Amino acid sequence: MRAAIVTFPGSNRDGDVARALRLAGAEVEHVWHADTALPGGTDLAVLPGGFSYGDYLRCGAIAGRAPAMDAVRAHAARGGLVLGICNGFQILCESGLLPGVLMRNVNRRFICHRQTLRVERADTRFTSAYEAGQVIDVCVAHGEGNYFADPETLARIEGEGRVAFRYCDATGALTVDANRNGSINAIAGIYSEQRNVLGLMPHPENFVEGLVGGTDGRGLFQSLAA
Amino acid sequence: MKARIIVTLKTGVLDPQGKAIESALKSFGIDSVDGVRQGKVFDLEVNATDRAGAEATLKAACEKLLANTVVENYAIELG
Repeated sequence: MRAAIVTFPGSNRDGDVARALRLAGAEVEHVWHADTALPGGTDLAVLPGGFSYGDYLRCGAIAGRAPAMDAVRAHAARGGLVLGICNGFQILCESGLLPGVLMRNVNRRFICHRQTLRVERADTRFTSAYEAGQVIDVCVAHGEGNYFADPETLARIEGEGRVAFRYCDATGALTVDANRNGSINAIAGIYSEQRNVLGLMPHPENFVEGLVGGTDGRGLFQSLAA
Repeated sequence: MKARIIVTLKTGVLDPQGKAIESALKSFGIDSVDGVRQGKVFDLEVNATDRAGAEATLKAACEKLLANTVVENYAIELG
């Protein structure tokens, strides 16, 4: 597995996701936002968390149109894997690689806490190390994570089984309290139509070592590196 | 040519910031205000010889970057 992590001005989780990928056995290269191509042999393009372009205009809006994103779009069109975490998910929505948009959290607060997620399916390149319905304990840290899509788009995403993760309580129940940012249908992450692009708000890369509180995030990187 | 672009949230899209502003206004005693929605205004200078050309440029700017048409509407005012 060869991963290319795209760094935008204001990205700040690129180092963490690189570490998580290396721990899982992937080779990692770094790409700058102004680059027009991904390194040859790239299997996975990663858009890390952070505050690209200071979140100016809208979160991910300017990054979504950066030169490196043309290369990421072409990579996705060829069936290549793309992972966007947090700001990376916002960038994927703004770039048109994933449908919908991430709005201001319904409680108007930046939320930063541990978060349990329900893994909706385990038959994808991103989740094969998990089991369908498994509850994983990771983290969230965002101000604009309130997923929204119009009713037709939402029906299509749900109908095609494209929800990757939902916010849930420790038992896997989808409660209002567990969905603190107010996302529609408690959506924490979605796939593209071919399931080769995944965007999610939570940070699995935070929890890959017991020393820092948990290891439930490892599964995502192990699935990719498998 | 001077232009102004106004970007607003579509009807039905939740606006937590607008809600917060509305309750702040009420806390200042400005309580006859209801349904605050926050938007954005862009003032631009367009190099174009005719209005049609300027409008086409501004429409492209809105569609490509200034508005996220999933949740936002835009209006173009040409000076």
